[in-house]
Order: sequence, then C-alpha cells, then structure tokens
Amino acid sequence: MATPAVPVSAPPATPTPVPAAAPASVPAPTPAPAAAPVPAAAPASSSDPAAAAAATAAPGQTPASAQAPAQTPAPALPGPALPGPFPGGRVVRLHPVILASIVDSYERRNEGAARVIGTLLGTVDKHSVEVTNCFSVPHNESEDEVAVDMEFAKNMYELHKKVSPNELILGWYATGHDITEHSVLIHEYYSREAPNPIHLTVDTSLQNGRMSIKAYVSTLMGVPGRTMGVMFTPLTVKYAYYDTERIGVDLIMKTCFSPNRVIGLSSDLQQVGGASARIQDALSTVLQYAEDVLVSADNTVGRFLMSLVNQVPKIVPDDFETMLNSNINDLLMVTYLANLTQSQIALNEKLVNL
Amino acid sequence: MASRKEGTGSTATSSSSTAGAAGKGKGKGGSGDSAVKQVQIDGLVVFKHYQEEGQGTEVVQGVLLGLVVEDRLEITNCFPFPQHTEDDADFDEVQYQMEMMRSLRHVNIDHLHVGWYQSTYYGSFVTRALLDSQFSYQHAIEESVVLIYDPIKTAQGSLSLKAYRLTPKLMEVCKEKDFSPEALKKANITFEYMFEEVPIVIKNSHLINVLMWELEKKSAVADKHELLSLASSNHLGKNLQLLMDRVDEMSQDIVKYNTYMRNTSKQQQQKHQYQQRRQQENMQRQSRGEPPLPEEDLSKLFKPPQPPARMDSLLIAGQINTYCQNIKEFTAQNLGKLFMAQALQEYNN
Repeated sequence: MATPAVPVSAPPATPTPVPAAAPASVPAPTPAPAAAPVPAAAPASSSDPAAAAAATAAPGQTPASAQAPAQTPAPALPGPALPGPFPGGRVVRLHPVILASIVDSYERRNEGAARVIGTLLGTVDKHSVEVTNCFSVPHNESEDEVAVDMEFAKNMYELHKKVSPNELILGWYATGHDITEHSVLIHEYYSREAPNPIHLTVDTSLQNGRMSIKAYVSTLMGVPGRTMGVMFTPLTVKYAYYDTERIGVDLIMKTCFSPNRVIGLSSDLQQVGGASARIQDALSTVLQYAEDVLVSADNTVGRFLMSLVNQVPKIVPDDFETMLNSNINDLLMVTYLANLTQSQIALNEKLVNL
Repeated sequence: MASRKEGTGSTATSSSSTAGAAGKGKGKGGSGDSAVKQVQIDGLVVFKHYQEEGQGTEVVQGVLLGLVVEDRLEITNCFPFPQHTEDDADFDEVQYQMEMMRSLRHVNIDHLHVGWYQSTYYGSFVTRALLDSQFSYQHAIEESVVLIYDPIKTAQGSLSLKAYRLTPKLMEVCKEKDFSPEALKKANITFEYMFEEVPIVIKNSHLINVLMWELEKKSAVADKHELLSLASSNHLGKNLQLLMDRVDEMSQDIVKYNTYMRNTSKQQQQKHQYQQRRQQENMQRQSRGEPPLPEEDLSKLFKPPQPPARMDSLLIAGQINTYCQNIKEFTAQNLGKLFMAQALQEYNN
C-alpha cells in the first residue's frame, strides 16, 4: 500500500493526522488545514480503515496543491488531477434546477422512505461535467437489501432523450447526508449505464444546520492483487447558470423573506427600483469598507474602487443635457406612438362593429 | 389584451396583499365568470422553464402539471415537448405525454394536466395556433391556462411570466366554430376581451428556501446586471419592427374590409336599380296587357360578397395591443434609468 510520503510533493501538512475513519463516517477536519480530500469511505471490503484514509492521501497530491494548505477547508476542496478513468476533470457544474428537483422529489417521497434517489443527466466536456437535468427513480431500501427500478430509469431516459438528445446519463443522486453501503450497490448499477458515474448527495436532513451538497466519484482502493474496495472521492461542485436562470433564482430567493413564502411578480418600474436598491446596498458596503480600512488597504481593492468611481463618465454638462434630452424624446415619442396605435385599433374595432 | 384590473392591481402590490386578494377571491364568487382567480407556481417550475430556454434557442413548448385548489391553480411541475422535426414523422406526441405522466405518477409527482406553456419571441404569441390549442385545453379542462414566458425580456433583467386564459365569451364563439362577423358582433368581443391575464404568485416550500440560502452563499453574484443597462435600444428596435409588421398587416386587413363594404353597397345599389327596372317593365307590360315577368330571385342574381374573416383581424389587433403594452413598459423602465443616470451625472459635476 502506498505511503503518504511517496508522491511527488506532499504539502507540508500531510493528512496523516486524520484519525482512522470508521467505514461510514466522514473524518473530522484536522487542525492543520487539510488539503486532502475528505473521503466518506464505504468500502465493500477493506482490511484497514487507516490504510483507506492513507490511500486517499496518496493519489491526492499534485504540485499544484502546494497552495492548498492556505485554502479554507471548504466542504469540497479543489481536487487534483486524478490519474484515472474519470473523463471530465474534477469539477462538477450543477444547475439549480437539479437541486430544486431533488428537494421536490424528497418532499414527495413515499411513506417510510428515508431517502430518494434518481438519475443525473447532462454533458461532459474536457474540463468539467455539466449536469443539466435529472429525474427521480423509485426504489426500495431496507436494512438488508436495496431494489432500484432500472426499467423505469431507462424509460425515463429515453423520453428525456427525445427532448434533448445531447444529454447523457452522468450518474445518480441521493438525499441524506451519508454514503451507505447501499450506495455502493446502486453505484454499481449506474456504472453499467455510464462510464464512471458521479454520485451527488444533497443533505436534506440539514445536519449542521446546512444543506450540504457534495459530489463524489468512485475509485478503487485497497491492496492491488488482494481485496479491493471502492471509495468515494469528492469532487468540486460549482454552480452554473444560464443568464435567465440567474434572474429566476434571484426572484425566487425573495420567497425566503416573505411570511407565507409567496411573492407576486413585480411590475416594470418596481424592478428597476429593486435593482437600484441592490446597487445601493452594494455601494454602502463598499463605502463602509473604505471608511474602516484607511491606512493599510489592499492595493487591488483600491484599484477596483478607483475604476468604480471612474465608471461614471465625465461628460461636459451641456453635451450630457443634449444626449439625455434626445434619449428622453425618443422614448416619449415611442410611447406616444404606441398609445396612438392602441387608440387606432380600438377605433377600428368600433367602426367594424357598426 | 388588457389584463383584468384587479389582476394587475394585485400583482403590483406586495405579497401580503396578494395573499389578501386571494383570500378575497376565495370568499366571493368573483366578478368574472372564470374559474381561476390566481395561479400559484412552484419555484421548481420557474427553474425548469428558464433552464430549458437557456439551453436552446428554439421555441419551447410543454405541459404543466398540478392541481386546482378552490379557485387557485397550483402548478407544481412541468415537462417539455420535444421539437417537431420533419424526419420524425412517426413520433407520437400523445404517447410521449402519456408515458411521461405515467412515469411521473410513480414518483408521486402530480400527474394532472392543468395547462401548457410556451416560450415566445419578443412577445409575439397571439396566433391562431395558440388560440386553438388553448381552446382545446380549456374545453377539456375548465381551469387550464397557458403560461407564456419571454426569455429575451428575462435576459434583460426582469422575469417575464404571464398566464392567460380565454374569456368565456371567446370560448363560446370557438365552440360554435363560427367566426363570421355577425357571430362576433353578437358576442361583442373586442380584441381587448379575448384573453384574460391571471395573476401569478410564486410559492416555495421551506426546504426549497433552505436550498436558496445555500445557493446564495455558494454562487457568485451575477456579473451582468442587464436590468440597469442603458444600452437597450436594440431590444426596442426589434419590438418596433415587429409592431410595424403587424400594423402593416392590419392596414391590409382594413383595406380588405373597406373593399368589402364598398362592394356591398354597390351591390345594394345594383339590386335597387334592378328592382326598379323590373317594376317599370312590369308596369309597361301590364299596360300592354302582357303577363308580368316573374319575380326572380334577387339573391341568386346578386351573390353577396364574402365578408372578410374577422378572427384574424381580431388576433392581429390583440397582438398589436400586446406589443404596445410591452413597448410602453419598456420605455417606462428606460426613462427611469435615464433619470438615474442624470442624477449620477449631476452629482459628478
């Protein structure tokens, strides 16, 4: 088995202090800013949990992660390049619709089901994997066994393919904050469908007061030639948005603030007002920062502030007046014409109905 | 199509009064005859729409699933239809729909069909096809709505989602399948009264709210604040272009109508003259003692000209109205932005 010290350049704080992980639990973050991915190991058969933890450390270090110790222990750390069959690199880009669907299917789960699972669909490209769609799959899980309706999954996939033929099965998701033994089995099911599937967990039980979203890919581990096990290595999760999605998300965010979680769609000027209020907030934050940090300020921030202030273009007042007036005139003319057209068609209506 | 005044009123005010208006709506029977006073959409549906639209550039159509609760239509899920391609002739839409709904039922998603949705390009959605589809839906399911969303306007910065239903009067006319001018005049339908807009509210469950907070922390702030951008004349130009096209069509329609009127009146005159000549001849014959000529059927001689189809012109008028509304909204926003820019500039000097 590989020792932690062997690989190219292990960062100064090696993860050896990681306590021997119990098979199904996540090791607690170490005092040293651990750069190693924190595996939630679910070994089918692993002789030595400590070896399991160490083995993750081994393939996990690259020269680039020399900077890694300085990074905060985020739930999903920037992963190094895995010399393995994972085709899409180490970043998983999620669209918010996936998470919303997952939460929604969790809310609609059958009685007695502790969690829901489903398939992830999307596209793969050289650097990342983009998950754009998903659907849930009925399954039964008990202490000893797990049954997944793969026929259903296949059917749904066919239907989805008709709408967007570019999507492939990328992996599967599950709610719940842990990876259990059943996950390994389900993962195996999915490896028949897709090469090296991704596993996504969404913690709907809100452990630690947060809904943590993590993605994993499975890797082999263990003693080569002897008992081999499977381990889930985490991946970086990023959120990708189309432009329109971003705006949808912003709007839906507002339901967080409303008492009965209901919002109406706002009218045009209200939206402009809302956007300008947002900018005002941002500006006041920046102003606060500038006032607090007078002497020892960061240069880059200073430059940003400078460019911000210079964004307002310096125009000769008269020129600006003319520009403004001509623009306003244009808009007023268009409004006038639109009103005229509307009254015209109303008149026409009346005439024709005579 | 002017939205119902109460509708716009409640959308414009804050959420609490929207809930209040909904409460009011539940109590009384409602001033209109429509079965649906409000549409409540789950956040999930909004997400799905915008994700689908963001993916492709074609028009996206699909089915809305949900329930009807008293006079509120709750939409809880949706799925898109595949695009029609010419080489896919054997593709059965109905079958696709049935399969999807059956599968969704297995995972406890509402599988009741409550409407359909369509994306639109700059607001040009008032077409015959829309009318027909919505009619068939509304005929089958009393409370169905069509949800129109405009991705281009949304990319500009403001969510543009509207729910429409056919007014009861229009429903009746469509049922008769009689689009002649007389029938339309009898029903007293103006272009404003074709579609009615139903106010929309968005509702999220608590868990989704938690998800929102999570996303908020993890995602970067949107770097493109399109809403406050001043350079939006392109959008306006496009809108105006479409409006001009429609107005041209409208004017052609009016010309047709004018010719029809002229033809009818000319025909009337001809009929009159013919009758007079007949009478004169008859009198002459009588004076000569010959039997009078039989009265010929005037309607066979003078076929009345075909009245122009009124439905199309109604649709065009409706479309023009939508365009004008959009343009007015747009100019209002832009004026606001310009005044803000002025304020900034004044401060600068």
